[in-house]
Amino acid sequence: MIGDRALRLAPLGFALLSLTLWEAAVRLTGVPDYLVPGPIAIIRAFLNDPSGLLRALLSTMIVTGVALLAASLLGTVLALAMAASRLAQAAIQPWAVVLQVTPIVAIAPLIIIWVGDPFASLVVCATIVAFFPVFANTAAGLAAAPADLMDLFHLYGAGRLRTLWLLRLPAALPFFLTGLRISGGLALVGAVVAEFVAGSGGFASGLAYTILESGYRLQIPRMFAALVLLSLAGIAINFGLGAFATTVLRSRGETA
Amino acid sequence: MLTVERVGRRFPNGTEALRDASLRLEEGDFVALLGPSGCGKSTLLRLIAGLDHPDSGTLRWDGGAPPAPGELGFVFQDATLLPWASAAENVRLPLRLADVPYDAGRARAHAELARVGLAGFEEARTRQLSGGMRMRVSIARALVTRPRLLLMDEPFAALDEFTRHKLQADLLALWRDAGCTIVFVTHSIYEAAFLAHRIVMMTPRPGRITREILSPLTPGQQTRLDPAYAALVGEVTEAMTAALAQA
Repeated sequence: MIGDRALRLAPLGFALLSLTLWEAAVRLTGVPDYLVPGPIAIIRAFLNDPSGLLRALLSTMIVTGVALLAASLLGTVLALAMAASRLAQAAIQPWAVVLQVTPIVAIAPLIIIWVGDPFASLVVCATIVAFFPVFANTAAGLAAAPADLMDLFHLYGAGRLRTLWLLRLPAALPFFLTGLRISGGLALVGAVVAEFVAGSGGFASGLAYTILESGYRLQIPRMFAALVLLSLAGIAINFGLGAFATTVLRSRGETA
Repeated sequence: MLTVERVGRRFPNGTEALRDASLRLEEGDFVALLGPSGCGKSTLLRLIAGLDHPDSGTLRWDGGAPPAPGELGFVFQDATLLPWASAAENVRLPLRLADVPYDAGRARAHAELARVGLAGFEEARTRQLSGGMRMRVSIARALVTRPRLLLMDEPFAALDEFTRHKLQADLLALWRDAGCTIVFVTHSIYEAAFLAHRIVMMTPRPGRITREILSPLTPGQQTRLDPAYAALVGEVTEAMTAALAQA
């Protein structure tokens, strides 16, 4: 039998094994740092300038957080408008899809020129990328209230606002939380892409810019360190929003 | 209470769900609408509830106006509770929608839960309750406004037989002391024969009312061991078989 403990430690063990093999391979073959750095070189690169890298991480995370907040607000408001009126639905739906399918890399330069302020333009780009999942899920949730319950509210003479507030909005919450989790990851992707575009224009301070800059200077270990921070940030966002969703739904008594 | 006169309903997809259905509903009746799937019994119930409208025929309410919100209770096949709200909040919902103040609503919801045998479960969430308990909450919610008319759409169809028997007996007791009129849709001959005072039989394609049988059982005193109950089940089975053979 495999114990719970062994199963929990398995990913960690696998990571340690892979990192050891990686380090060994780099040392045995003598590949230079500026081509493939080993894990130890990457850690050393991080320890050389922890404050700079962490500041870059913070900058990217702030853009991501603000964008996620903006995307949730915008997504919820537009989903509500669509739920309230068929006309609004017909008007909004196709444009939401247009926003969804337009590659952010293609419009980021335009946004950066138009918006001007570097922070605001990064937030706008990341918001555009993060918008769709939270919007589409919330809209689906608002439409997903069981027909029998809609009938029940109708029988007791509940108006549209009452039905929205007491039935459709609470019924949409799990959908919204699912959308939020997907949007969280996308907000980070959007922030990074925007930083890349903006970075090549000469301003920015986030992790993507660090990666770009380190690349130019052939500081490949530093580039890897930034990359590791970026994926750790992505993992943290995903797990954080997952835990948030579980906590909210549990407090409503919907999950164990 | 209500005269249903030659009502018909055809759905947009062309299905004729109901044709020429006529029915007189008296104050205090316990009527079962009995028939196989597709015979229009749920459609008729929804027409009475005002959740749907007939294409032909009329529904005439004694006194002219259809029941106001709260004068009519509806119990669906599923308990249809709000999963995020407690049992008491689910029962309070109709009162909340009628702007009854919070404390008064809470007190009435608690009393209603006690009446259906769920005292002590006020704060339980849907997922902590069994199927039978959920249905009890649903019935309490329908009764909390003291409706004159209670419409039930196969409410016990999804429950196991033991739970169903218990709920049927409890429903008769509730009907006796609530004194309301009940229209109960079912596809079970046993259930219709046990519960109802009048059994209205329906046949499908198109859905229509074919016959009505009056129960000889003493209202509210039914037992499953009564030979009269067995005889009634036999009579209804025979009549239903004949009606379906003709349809």
